Amino acid sequence: MPKATNPDDPNGDDGVQIDLISGERMDSLASTEKIRMILDGVHDGNIVILEEGLTPDEESKLIEMTMAEISPDAGFNGIEIETYPKSETKDSSLLGRLMGSNESAAKLTVIGPANQIETLHKDETLISALVSRN
Amino acid sequence: MGLLTGLKDSISRVTDRLFTDDQPKRIGIYGPPNAGKTTLANRIARDWTGDAVGTESHVPHETRRARRKEDVEIERDGQSVSIDIVDTPGVTTKVDYEEFTDEMEEDDAIRRSREATEGVAEAMHWLREDVDGVIYVLDSAEDPITQVNTMLIGIIESRDLPVLIFANKIDLDEASVKRIEDAFPQHKTVPLSAKEGQNMDEVYDNIAEYFG
Repeated sequence: MPKATNPDDPNGDDGVQIDLISGERMDSLASTEKIRMILDGVHDGNIVILEEGLTPDEESKLIEMTMAEISPDAGFNGIEIETYPKSETKDSSLLGRLMGSNESAAKLTVIGPANQIETLHKDETLISALVSRN
Repeated sequence: MGLLTGLKDSISRVTDRLFTDDQPKRIGIYGPPNAGKTTLANRIARDWTGDAVGTESHVPHETRRARRKEDVEIERDGQSVSIDIVDTPGVTTKVDYEEFTDEMEEDDAIRRSREATEGVAEAMHWLREDVDGVIYVLDSAEDPITQVNTMLIGIIESRDLPVLIFANKIDLDEASVKRIEDAFPQHKTVPLSAKEGQNMDEVYDNIAEYFG
């Protein structure tokens, strides 16, 4: 169920909540916690935006966990997701390269419930989501 | 070099031979739904073993379980390459049973969607745990730059698995192999039509070279 964003609407049932989650917040979580937080948000009808995205392994587990939670009875049929390619130059210092940090997962990622996202379009500089409220 | 070091090297060589060289490599056939993965798996299996792997269909998610065809021996230039083919369900981030209701009753559509979700989860598990190389199949008539394709190729690359991209369905008028080559220039793209058997010699040459 989408949550209200309109302060004039105390019933809270006609808005779409957008959660922008910082890289710092994600860094403090284990992979399973990250995925749980994303899917809990999406189940609630929210659009989740990750400042730094997920690692490939986490993306693989996100797909797997999403599939496990799809339920025709509950009206959840999966997720829409778009990302920008990872930055190759985030940390080009020698230490960064040695530590593999230029393999960073840093990539803006937008995730939402497939049954509410009418279209999710990406071009080189813009991710655009058209979201229905039901 | 000490005796222990020499012994360790010998054991390592033997175990490598036992567990790597002599065992067929498991090659996962991955890609989005309806790219022609099962048609390709059947083509390869029929060409080299005489048997098929699974049922083909125009309805998405016909393959809902990973299926393995063991010990497929492919002969190229007098050499023999042995692989296990793992045909996997098409990977997606969403499955809506209503997509199938034009083709079947609602109960069957719901059952199909449940099996499809289990199959996709299983395919992801195979990719993380159980394959030694990947054939990534794309429909040449479709735009290859999708989030699922980009994510899957990224996941495969992160696991350092050898990967070949097969641009399937080149028999279709709208097919564009270049669009696929441009989308994933870091990987070898091989054009083919699994359905019509076009360009299969190049397909087998590359399988032998990459996975042999």
